Amino acid sequence: MRLLEYQGKELFDQYGIRIPRSYLANNVNEARQAAEKLGYPFVLKSQLTVGGRGKAGAIQKCKTPEELEPKFNELLHKEVKGELPRGILLEAMADIKKELYLSFFLNRSKRCYSLISSAEGGVDIETSGNKVVVDIPLDGLNPQTAEDVAGKLGLNGTTVPAFVDFTTKLSRLCMEKEAELAEINPVAILGDGSMAALDAKVIIDDNALFRHPELKKYEHVSELEKQAEVSGFSLVELEGNIAIIGNGAGLVMSTLDMVSDAGGKAGAFLDFGGRATTETIYEALKVISKIKHIDAILVNLFGGIVRTSLVAQAILDAYRDNVITVPVFARISGAESEKAREMLNGSRANLYNTVEEAIAAAVAQANNK
Amino acid sequence: MADNFDIFAILEGNKGDKNYGKKPVVIQGITGSYGSTHARLMKAYGTNVAAGVTPGKGGMDFDGTPVYNTVDEAVKATGAQVSGIFVPAQFFLKAALDALDAGIKLLVAIPEHVPVRDAMTVIEYARKKGARMIGPNTAGVIVPEVMKVGIMPAQPFKAGNTVVVSRSGTLMYEVSFNLTNRGYGQRLCIGIGGDPVIGTNLIEAFDLVRNRPDVDSVVVVGEIGGDAEEQLADYIIRTSFSKPVIAYIAGRAAPKEKRMGHAGAIVYGNYGSAESKVANYAKADVPVAKRPAEVPMLLEQKMRK
Repeated sequence: MRLLEYQGKELFDQYGIRIPRSYLANNVNEARQAAEKLGYPFVLKSQLTVGGRGKAGAIQKCKTPEELEPKFNELLHKEVKGELPRGILLEAMADIKKELYLSFFLNRSKRCYSLISSAEGGVDIETSGNKVVVDIPLDGLNPQTAEDVAGKLGLNGTTVPAFVDFTTKLSRLCMEKEAELAEINPVAILGDGSMAALDAKVIIDDNALFRHPELKKYEHVSELEKQAEVSGFSLVELEGNIAIIGNGAGLVMSTLDMVSDAGGKAGAFLDFGGRATTETIYEALKVISKIKHIDAILVNLFGGIVRTSLVAQAILDAYRDNVITVPVFARISGAESEKAREMLNGSRANLYNTVEEAIAAAVAQANNK
Repeated sequence: MADNFDIFAILEGNKGDKNYGKKPVVIQGITGSYGSTHARLMKAYGTNVAAGVTPGKGGMDFDGTPVYNTVDEAVKATGAQVSGIFVPAQFFLKAALDALDAGIKLLVAIPEHVPVRDAMTVIEYARKKGARMIGPNTAGVIVPEVMKVGIMPAQPFKAGNTVVVSRSGTLMYEVSFNLTNRGYGQRLCIGIGGDPVIGTNLIEAFDLVRNRPDVDSVVVVGEIGGDAEEQLADYIIRTSFSKPVIAYIAGRAAPKEKRMGHAGAIVYGNYGSAESKVANYAKADVPVAKRPAEVPMLLEQKMRK
């Protein structure tokens, strides 16, 4: 779960990590009230989950009361990479002496957390040359390690204990809240030598959310995704018109690639997991039916354990109940495929022996629309 | 480079032994609906499911298999070194630590949605105990025509000399089925799991088989996300891995920053992208199939060389 900047900063605040004074506003009235409390100038920041806000013009300085309304409204309605903001954060300007980069991230290949820091803040860390990377044990960052990192970054004087304090607090937050990533870019070293987080990009491990009811309020999923989640499915909505359903994330991804190679465009990715029953498949078709732009449904099932006839029954039931109206193209390997073929005879569902044949037919149908 | 951990000896024993292929296996969560279905299928395949564990259900009999309250009791009664874990994700940590404390040497961790911190905790503890975990979020391991610990169907697999290592479950079936149909049986198929942090990564899986004379080729089924394939390509070059290797990567057409079903299948910028993986495999002279059906064709070409 990717938190918005203001949500990440709420967590920072709880852990004693200093943040600039800020208020979230969802409309101009709220913005005016916030501006009064902050005083001019301040910064307007679109609350988005996508990166590159600065470059996209979704962060703007607001110098006078006259600027507030037009700038606020501009940002509130400005899409960045297809996403509209969920509120605008009004934030006090900081007295910045120096900027740093700091992040805790889940190091997949080393199977531990790592701390990346750089004496250059606000830069793209992937291309930055001067970074210090240290691995963090499961019980968190050791203050001595933090002090060594501060030395490598060239910090001195009171900024060293400030850095140790700041990073150990961030480490505690990551371990306790089970974050996959907590990136602060930039961290500001202020005029008085203290440090503050000017940005917050925090991603929480979705699988650990059951232990964190306090984070539930930050969850933001579409109705459809929620419905899919309740049924135990993984759903990703895409822009094309072919819905791809299958058992297993790898298989559905592979089908998506082949559809794309065949000139088709996927409109949905739905993995209903290992347990294929008449009910789960019916439920999957129901979820797909809610997506408006679908012209064909492609089912790729690798069975063996699943009985093909159960899948056929689910498709027939879905047509009978008018859950789906578009044609289904299915490749179902598994027991009882002859029986399944007979069952589907005369319906709008087509059964194929190979996934290549099913894809060719589905793409032909979808591209004809 | 070769690993001291002999997964073949642990799973099947030694050929020629009286009880070859009948090494005892414990199934944790055997009385649940998932565990019971697959315990039956494993037995039918030939796995010696010697004991089940479900806390509070000790003393029960599951189709002739005794059920114990703890892994410790199950291990003491059967001498099992392998445990298949079928408990729900939120109970996984405790189940896995219990198994390691009981002396289990190989954990096959089936559940999906295990928190990363729990996986890391188990991996660290397994290392201390000289044990190994496969998964979590895996379909399991199968020695075709001998035994399996997992949820894979029987039909795609046939005994032979190729090893299949896969991040995805169903793609492991799909690719193995394509290999089987073209006459390439499998010595071992390992589903390493679709999570970002897993007990046995691609390199470690390769280490398990690199010195096996009865393995003549390896097929590696990967997907977008992380840099496991990039690291593997580097390993193949660095250690002069000599067996022919064919790869497949799922997710070329997936959008960035979207989690594609598996927790680990997500691309950030170039990190985790299919392009990066294909480019690195090319450096290691590993052909990458465009679709599962192409895998045996590429293998055939590579084996002929």
